[in-house]
Amino acid sequence: MPITAVYPEPVLRRVEVTAPRAAVQVAARPADIKIATEHVSISYGDKVAVRDVSLTVQDRSILALIGPSGSGKSTFLRCFNRMNDLIPGASVKGEVCLDGENVMEADVSVVELRRRVGMVFQRPNPFPMSIYENVAYGPRRRGLNDRRKLNDLVETSLKRAALWDEVKDDLRRKSGLALSGGQQQRLCIARVLATDPEVILMDEPASALDPVSTLRIEELMRELREAYTIVIVTHNMQQAARVSDVTAFFTMADDRAGYLVEVGPTGQIFTRPSEQLTEDYISGRFG
Amino acid sequence: MASLTSAYPTSKLRAKPGLLERLDLPRRVVFVAAASMIIVVAMLMIFIVWQGTQLFVKDGYSLGAIFDAKWDPLADTPEFGILPFILGTIVVTAGALLISTPLSVGVALFLSEVAPKWAKSIVQPALEIFVGIPSVVWGWLGITVLVPFLADTFNGPIVISLPIVGTIFSMPGFLTGFSWLAGSLVLSIMVLPTITSVSYDAFRAVPQELRTGSLALGTTRWQMIRHILIPSALSGVLTAVVLGMTRAAGEALAVQMVIGNSPTLPEAITQPMTTLTSQITLDMGNTVFGEPWQDALWTMSLVLLVISITSVVLVRVINKRRMGS
Amino acid sequence: MTANAGSIGRSSGAKPSLKGKASRGSILADRAATVVLWGTGALVLLILGSIILHFAMAAWGVVSLSFILDNPSQTTLGGIMPVLWNSIYMLALTMLIAVPVGLLGGIYMAEYAGDNIVTGAIRFAEESISSVPSIVVGLFGLILFVDDFHWGFTALAGALALTFFNLPLMTRLSEQALRAVPQDERSASLALGATKWQTIRHVVVPLAIPGLITGVILTAGRVFGEAAVLLFTAGIGTPPHYNFMNLDITNPTSPWSPFRPATTLSVYIYKLNSEGLGAFKNQIVDGSAAILISMVLIFNLGARFVGRVLSRKLTAS
Repeated sequence: MPITAVYPEPVLRRVEVTAPRAAVQVAARPADIKIATEHVSISYGDKVAVRDVSLTVQDRSILALIGPSGSGKSTFLRCFNRMNDLIPGASVKGEVCLDGENVMEADVSVVELRRRVGMVFQRPNPFPMSIYENVAYGPRRRGLNDRRKLNDLVETSLKRAALWDEVKDDLRRKSGLALSGGQQQRLCIARVLATDPEVILMDEPASALDPVSTLRIEELMRELREAYTIVIVTHNMQQAARVSDVTAFFTMADDRAGYLVEVGPTGQIFTRPSEQLTEDYISGRFG
Repeated sequence: MASLTSAYPTSKLRAKPGLLERLDLPRRVVFVAAASMIIVVAMLMIFIVWQGTQLFVKDGYSLGAIFDAKWDPLADTPEFGILPFILGTIVVTAGALLISTPLSVGVALFLSEVAPKWAKSIVQPALEIFVGIPSVVWGWLGITVLVPFLADTFNGPIVISLPIVGTIFSMPGFLTGFSWLAGSLVLSIMVLPTITSVSYDAFRAVPQELRTGSLALGTTRWQMIRHILIPSALSGVLTAVVLGMTRAAGEALAVQMVIGNSPTLPEAITQPMTTLTSQITLDMGNTVFGEPWQDALWTMSLVLLVISITSVVLVRVINKRRMGS
Repeated sequence: MTANAGSIGRSSGAKPSLKGKASRGSILADRAATVVLWGTGALVLLILGSIILHFAMAAWGVVSLSFILDNPSQTTLGGIMPVLWNSIYMLALTMLIAVPVGLLGGIYMAEYAGDNIVTGAIRFAEESISSVPSIVVGLFGLILFVDDFHWGFTALAGALALTFFNLPLMTRLSEQALRAVPQDERSASLALGATKWQTIRHVVVPLAIPGLITGVILTAGRVFGEAAVLLFTAGIGTPPHYNFMNLDITNPTSPWSPFRPATTLSVYIYKLNSEGLGAFKNQIVDGSAAILISMVLIFNLGARFVGRVLSRKLTAS
């Protein structure tokens, strides 16, 4: 019996540093669509949390989900890598397609899915082990045990998460828990990068951090956009405006179910939204 | 019109506390109730240490004569080597832990990671009932069910004809089923709830974020359990095993009923043997206060006391280390 | 910084399907582990189920009203009334001492105990008694009450030894029940000018009652089945025919007196097994064990039921 998968060369998506994209096409060509959701509704027991959301995410772009608390942004985010499976009583209807393949189907391997769709959480959650082991954790679980390849992979991932210079001297001695909050979050990003995902989900990744750390994470996200598709949930509208290419605004209906009000290029959503609700929220009139 | 406050006697903010308040009787009473445990433990230790050392002090036996394999209280010059009992307790306990630890940790993992609500609501009460079953009942089950089963099965022609296994079970002494194996099996079930519930608590104490963190990286649940959960909860599981060990080493009646009570050094799991607790239970009623034989039994209880206090300290050390890291 | 980082390679090209078999090994291991863990849970139920079934069958035809209400007999099956009586009597006597002391001790630990040496010593004592083998606690009772106090084997000596043994449990369960009362309730009472003791008495203890009662019942279950503590304190002799009309509790022949030997049901099982030779020995022990198991079930279910009902009542009102 093969122990685990054949893990290809230690690989990370190549980053080509290009000029910032001037304008983002929302109506992407079908080939550029990384994720598409069709009529996604999520409920816990008989309470509907998210109702009928359909949107697309372009490859190598950043989509920001904004909206008031309880509008179901995080819940919606979690259906991209099926983390909702872990919540008893949660059920998801509709389709979530990754590269045209519906991830909600019963015979989809969630393990495979989560390797391709990584996630960074609101509170940094490094494992209680060394920095090195934290980053090597995912690759090791996929059967990569070659020492030299692992070393390369850890170094590359930490560099890409802009943490390498701060931790390179005590990679193996220092526990991931001994880092500062901002460093911990970058470690968690490195940990995700090491599993070589195509999509990275970020659930309010900077909400537990100080302003300086927040800026570093945002900077990092803009760099990562060159190679990864990123979906971020944020409470912070300035953050959404600063980092994202496309913004989707969620709010709550009368029955407290979250729904999508509108989605469009970030510049447009923040300057001339087509819905009154969006404008009220953006201008701070509610939420 | 009378003001509302006139219903109360006048009071001053800076009034001196009355005698009753200064005495604070309730505080003193509840303190005495809690501190009574210190008195009980202190007295217990003093009495057991006093009685347990009489064999050396009064009867003049040397430490070397006690830690010896020869136990013959009825000889002309009685010999009180308690080594067979100490070793017996050690091996029976070790056997029980060897069987019980994997099973208990499995049940704890099942309850904390795998079981849906309905299954949990059946298995958890079942474990509580396990705790409540008295040790004489376990012993009686051992005698009427386990011991005959062992004797019939492992003395049967099929088992005897097997290589290795057959050799072990055809060793002398395993005709009746009363054995080290029987003792360890009974104990393993008796300590199962202890090890399970303490390790369960240890697993529950691992933050949920670590689980989701691992699963979100695309690991399977088992990989998460093996590489995150068990390492994180290791000191808690260790505490559980120490507590299970304490309970197994101190259990008296159930073990005495199935172990065969032969004061010899343990050699094979199929042989009858004895433990500290079994021998004390058996002999205490046959001896007279003050005679060397009974003093030897007190020495054995002193050994039991030392084992249990050591384990209390051990658990504390383990927990302190966990808090430290 | 990204320029020097991204030079290793690229994994694009043929993407593995989400339904791919890339991680078959680890998924198989995961499945196997899940099956094994379910198996351990099922094993627990299987063992308990077979124990209950075993005793239900063994007790069939043995346990009857006359088995419970008759005196033991040399020639017939007889009954276990005296030892059952002694079990109940010892339970009542023990709880009479252990519940107040344990509750008050729990109040100290939950409400007053500071982080100091005395509290540390109490905790250490609590853990120590919990881990001392019951037989050693029984031996302690033997020296203290039976020999030094010259009481001989008496119900009172047994009850005190049982109290020693169960005090840590009772104290800890009380402490837990009291600690479970939200801090807000205490603050609200103190803010109204109540003293600390008034707050404990009128707010904290009443709110903790469901937990306290559960604790009492669980302790009672353990006291009822305990035998090793009693072997050398309350005695192991065959009880005489009791005359329940004799209410003089100072008279050692009265079944109501604490100054008499009191062989309980658990001790009786042990005694019959080690020295009993009668023709009905096995039936009597099976029947007695069945009664002990039933009591365990009743105590456990009772604790659950009472706790649930009381907490519902308290939260509803």
